[in-house]
Amino acid sequence: MNPVQAVGRSTLGFLRQAGAVVIFAARGVAGLLGPPFFFSQFLRQLMAIGYLSLPVVGLTAVFTGAALALNIYTGGGRFNAEQIMPQIVALGITRELGPVLAALMLAGRVSAAIAAEIGAMRATEQIDAMETLSTDPFRYLVAPRLLAATLTTPLLTLVADIIGVAGGFLVATQSLQFSGPIYVQNTWNFLTSWDIVSGLIKAAVFGFIVALMGAYHGYTASGGARGVGRATTHAVVSAAILIFASDYVLTSLFSGKS
Amino acid sequence: MAAPVAKLALKGVHKRFGDKVVLDGVDIEVAPGKSLVIIGGSGQGKSVTLKIAIGLMRPDSGYVAVDGADTTELSQRARAENNRKFGMLFQGAALFDSLTIWENVAFRLLNADKVARKEAKARAIESLARVGLPASVAELYPIELSGGMQKRAGLARAVAATPDILFFDEPTTGLDPINADVINDLIVEQVKRLGCTAVSITHDMASARKIGDEIAFLYKGKILWRGPAAEIDRTGNPYVDQFVHGRADGPIRPEV
Repeated sequence: MNPVQAVGRSTLGFLRQAGAVVIFAARGVAGLLGPPFFFSQFLRQLMAIGYLSLPVVGLTAVFTGAALALNIYTGGGRFNAEQIMPQIVALGITRELGPVLAALMLAGRVSAAIAAEIGAMRATEQIDAMETLSTDPFRYLVAPRLLAATLTTPLLTLVADIIGVAGGFLVATQSLQFSGPIYVQNTWNFLTSWDIVSGLIKAAVFGFIVALMGAYHGYTASGGARGVGRATTHAVVSAAILIFASDYVLTSLFSGKS
Repeated sequence: MAAPVAKLALKGVHKRFGDKVVLDGVDIEVAPGKSLVIIGGSGQGKSVTLKIAIGLMRPDSGYVAVDGADTTELSQRARAENNRKFGMLFQGAALFDSLTIWENVAFRLLNADKVARKEAKARAIESLARVGLPASVAELYPIELSGGMQKRAGLARAVAATPDILFFDEPTTGLDPINADVINDLIVEQVKRLGCTAVSITHDMASARKIGDEIAFLYKGKILWRGPAAEIDRTGNPYVDQFVHGRADGPIRPEV
């Protein structure tokens, strides 16, 4: 095959896949717009995606906040600017690291779990069975997961923001001789509501991506156990890449605002 | 007098995957209240025929009609409505892992018909009793049941909402001969009780003889022979004869 053919084939393959994902997402969202809505499934997903992800998101946030504080203190020292460390930590956590790291942890934990569960259901004909039982799998399986992930990721990010800033606070006050009250006051006075809100908007988009990639790759899995394994890998990798790509796009859109 | 409308009909159904032709013009009609068993070797298109009949797969050409109405191109909502006429026992039972047995059996009642949980549970337990499963299994999960019990629970789910047409995908595969015979008996009993039409696919001849009024032989994507189950041993067709008697020698060469 000549190189032009190869590029053309790859491009067509990519576009086909992108189109399939968009149609899948549209069907999933359409499942939220009219009855029936499977509320018990939604509650179950709120628990699985939101509540059960708290420990992993919290631990990630506290260590990231602490490491960030140390790095900014060291870097700031080169310009005699150590004192602005609390503000930079707060800004970095709320605008960028809180939503991105929470979403990446969810990509690993939630996308993989959704892909494996739905993929196994596909492999064992449970999705076919659901259709024969007059129940739309998009409404029963996909829509509740999309909504639960879109709603809970901002909440998890809010928790990550608080714990991340607390991680920086602990390092600053315990190792770097910062005054606790001044650290809190500097952080509080510096942050704007947009710093937090913009991060939460990003988180909602990331949450949607996490659930969408898990559901799409699980739903389209084929080839038995190996296919389910492949779907899980694809879900995590594609969710992570889309999180980074959409992070850049959203940050560009938000960059003019304060 | 006009012939009665077939309960289920497949007309000129073609299906291919890539270069492989799986169905090459399948025509099947099943009269109301009759039980048709489609037999054939592995890879001859039995499962694809069943999936197309029930609407899980679209044919490349041809159509499927239920009660005389074309159901090939239905919307999702119309498909869900049409599926209320169907019940299906899947090869591996396809019970939902995350739900208890009674929730599996009552799945359609709970999620499509919006029956209250208490009533749905009572009907599920009644349905389980019909296939010989005690009420004590209602709260168990599928993983806690043996293969034979899972098949029974799958059958209970298929008949719980009193369908017009029952589909059976390899109902005895993976079962020991005794359990296989029990499942065959239960199928015959439930089809008779409901007075419904049944379409089964299998390569288990004991099962085909027991549950079918008629048998159709599918080979290379075409119906090669069809007739009363009682005549399966005297078809005069060498392909059917080889398959029915499970002989290595004959016109059929297994694909390798």
